[in-house]
Amino acid sequence: MITMENVCKSYRIAKRNAGFKEACKSLFHREYEEIHALKDVSFTINDGEMVGYIGPNGAGKSSTIKILSGILTPDGGRCYVDGRVPWKDRIRHVSEIGVVFGQRSQLWWDVPVIDSFELLKDIYSIPHRVYQSNLDELTELLGLGELLRSPARQLSLGQRMRCEIAASLLHSPRILFLDEPTIGLDAVSKLAVREFIRGQNEKHGTTVILTTHDMQDIEALTKRIILIGKGQILLDGTLEDIKKGDGNIDETVAELYRTYEI
Amino acid sequence: MRKYLSFFRLRFSMGLQYRTAALAGITTQFFWGAMEIMVFKAFYEAEPESFPMTFEATVSYIWLQQAFLAFFAAWMIENEIFDAIMDGNIAYELCRPIGIYHMWFSRSLANRLSRALLRCFPILLIAAMLPAPYGLHGPQSMLRLLVSLLTMALGLLVTVAFCMLIYSLTFFTVSPKGLQILFTSAVEFLSGGVIPLPFFPERIQRIMELLPFASMQNVPLRIYGGSMWGREAVNAVCLQCIWLVVLIAGGSSLCRYAEKKVTIQGG
Repeated sequence: MITMENVCKSYRIAKRNAGFKEACKSLFHREYEEIHALKDVSFTINDGEMVGYIGPNGAGKSSTIKILSGILTPDGGRCYVDGRVPWKDRIRHVSEIGVVFGQRSQLWWDVPVIDSFELLKDIYSIPHRVYQSNLDELTELLGLGELLRSPARQLSLGQRMRCEIAASLLHSPRILFLDEPTIGLDAVSKLAVREFIRGQNEKHGTTVILTTHDMQDIEALTKRIILIGKGQILLDGTLEDIKKGDGNIDETVAELYRTYEI
Repeated sequence: MRKYLSFFRLRFSMGLQYRTAALAGITTQFFWGAMEIMVFKAFYEAEPESFPMTFEATVSYIWLQQAFLAFFAAWMIENEIFDAIMDGNIAYELCRPIGIYHMWFSRSLANRLSRALLRCFPILLIAAMLPAPYGLHGPQSMLRLLVSLLTMALGLLVTVAFCMLIYSLTFFTVSPKGLQILFTSAVEFLSGGVIPLPFFPERIQRIMELLPFASMQNVPLRIYGGSMWGREAVNAVCLQCIWLVVLIAGGSSLCRYAEKKVTIQGG
């Protein structure tokens, strides 16, 4: 179970106007702006739930994921994942979760993908049998096959992304955080990844938290959605709650953003 | 432990695949060594008595230095770690059930070992075959060889531990370039990378020998060459151990502090 209670996080950002004069001025005097990435964020997610976490750019989605995965310490509030405080108990916590950051890469650039996987096997101390069966399953479902033998640098974005997702699941995590996992995927891969995530949830009862701008992902995968804007939770409900009539999902969400002025 | 070994293994095998880089490295190091020896030769011809090391000792110092450049050259610092810190891929590394400090330590160690392994043998072989004063002489005794190997291992660990300090400090800056340039040039100069430490004026030398930099290449290269032995060598080994402990303790606590403070930007 995941609980977040009144979690806050703010960043200090140096700002200035355009131009050379301004750049010189900022040498001596810097203006900072306090950005509240998260303000009083609270929610509870039960085991085995699949939740879509949506919001416009800069709403605080990634900050939430970072806090939940233990790599960012919030300024205030409480957060427990299966009874653990992620950032205090980092090493124990991260062995139970899987994370995909769609923007970043965890594969070793110059060696075949399978070498990165073998490394993860040792890092997470995955028993050989479990590793082999997970790998076989992932290879089949995500169509990895020959990709595993090529160096990560020579894969296309979509191919790499499928490997990244596989890498995050090798240790059969109980909770999965997906931060924009379908970036750059072609239609076939997208469907495969969705199918796969749904399967993980059904078969293993994996809790999934998904942030994305692709509303079809949300539609295909999650029943519950949490809407965040300007660092605050604005809505926590089902997809049906926000859908009015049979409008296009993208339009519905855009309409939603407009009503909340975010 | 297995985790770190596995890390070590992957980095090591990765290092072994850059064959062209190794070949280029060998050639460069060989010519660099030859050039240095020629310069020293000119100085020694002018007045051999005024030098603190014999010409043979200096020559073997230079050849060993070139052969094991990857062990001790501070500028061979691992850029991938800087990249991970800069572009935020460290987010993934923080998501692993493994200590960052240990992970990077084994990784840097493997990187240096794999590089040196690819490069050292051809250089040692050619240097050993060169005619008398210009070649690398064989070990003076079995004991001396063993002590050289031991201090070389210690020196390598001290170098890696020092680089770990630089990585950890990078967490607190926007760009790693400044720190990198500052520290690598300091190490290069103070560790005897440019000229061996005995060539410095005596007073300065006495201070330099106490600094952590002198615990890197200075000790093994001089013990093998013959300009350091006996009590001096024992002291040097003790100092190496002390610096190793201090640097690891300092680096790992700094790294732990940085882990708590770090903000992964963007994404």
